[in-house]
Amino acid sequence: MPKITYIEHNGKSHTIEVSNGLSVMEGAVQNNIPGIDADCGGSMACATCHVYVKEEWFNKLPKKEDGEEDMLDMAFEPKKNSRLSCQLMVSDQIDGLVVNLPEKQV
Amino acid sequence: MIKTDALIIGAGPTGLFTAHQLKLIGLSCEIVDNLDKIGGQCIELYPDKPIYDIPAIPECTGEELTNNLIEQLKPFKIKFHLSERVDEVKKNKEIWEVKTNKGTKFITPNIIIAGGVGSFEPRKFAPKECEKFENKSIFYSIKDKSIFKGKSVSIFGGGDSALDWAIELSKDSKVNLIHRRDEFRGAQATVDKMNELVKSNKINLFTKHQLKSVIGKENLESIEIVHDNKEIKNLKTDYILGFFGLIMQLGPIAKWGLNIDKKTISVDTEKFETNQKGIYAVGDICTYPGKLKLILSGFHEGALAARACFKLARPNEKYRFEFTTSSKSIKDRLGVKE
Repeated sequence: MPKITYIEHNGKSHTIEVSNGLSVMEGAVQNNIPGIDADCGGSMACATCHVYVKEEWFNKLPKKEDGEEDMLDMAFEPKKNSRLSCQLMVSDQIDGLVVNLPEKQV
Repeated sequence: MIKTDALIIGAGPTGLFTAHQLKLIGLSCEIVDNLDKIGGQCIELYPDKPIYDIPAIPECTGEELTNNLIEQLKPFKIKFHLSERVDEVKKNKEIWEVKTNKGTKFITPNIIIAGGVGSFEPRKFAPKECEKFENKSIFYSIKDKSIFKGKSVSIFGGGDSALDWAIELSKDSKVNLIHRRDEFRGAQATVDKMNELVKSNKINLFTKHQLKSVIGKENLESIEIVHDNKEIKNLKTDYILGFFGLIMQLGPIAKWGLNIDKKTISVDTEKFETNQKGIYAVGDICTYPGKLKLILSGFHEGALAARACFKLARPNEKYRFEFTTSSKSIKDRLGVKE
């Protein structure tokens, strides 16, 4: 199973195995990683599963859809490497992905 | 002081159908919602998006679903308390005393929380020092636009609210419009209008910028905004407006002594009652083994919670299950003529 690393804002790192086909958000929620709220449940309607993707990974991920960029306008401290983790699907291609979590989601 | 058999918190689809169920079995109810309109997430988050899994409705939008539920409630003339948030819930003997942020008071044996993911609140600016200026020089909605006349106003956001207010206030104020990227998600005609005003120097536009800090002791004096390339600009400003949409927050519900697990409230699956007698939770906000966050589940949960309310509202009567197709008393309540 692909491994995904979630780094909390305080630096605490969690590396977990997430099944192919789940989203990076679901991987965090199912494993009780603090810092990803996912209020809307993954329908790209809330921007509370916001993560920063390490630069070397950012360009390897599928591009954002328009709706995702619109939602990121509303995220807490969005940056150039911001993504919504509900839109990142886990696959062997992203095995080893590292995401940093923002200070807070709202 | 309003006395009612049941108070529903939340006017989304689940709250609306729960009201219908309560009225069908002859109980009174009123509904409180923090939004200024009926419909909850359906109307706030996805009014135009089609929904495909409402039983017997192949396809409808969030707005259509809301309108149909309101139509279904018409025979009952339900009292809605919109733009009000329930802040306090206290028990006095067997009765709940409820107070909203606007001071409305209810007494009721039954409270049904149909609160979705909590109440919708505006998303706020990140820098901590913004809090002390909130509602003085920093606003997330506008009640009285006349205070901005002749002043300098910095507006943040890239949607219709930010653009509409930038255009409107540019008539009588010095307007800075600040947005984190070059693209705006407002309606094209509004974006075009804004761009014209930028060309004629009525609006100062700063894209790829975000708020870094606010400066001022007693009164707001200026703000610092930072570009994607880290360059910082200082802008003199009297007021700051932030339009980043709404966020759902559990808010005061967390303080009512309920068993809360990851922003959801634990309930039983017979009455959808919480750990507090007479307080129920239905729809997205409740959780139990096997819970599905579907609108249809909320309808089922509301129907059962309504029956549980009967027992506490009419302790000396026996509830009798009846069908709408055959019950005379239900038809009378609906105002149906045979």
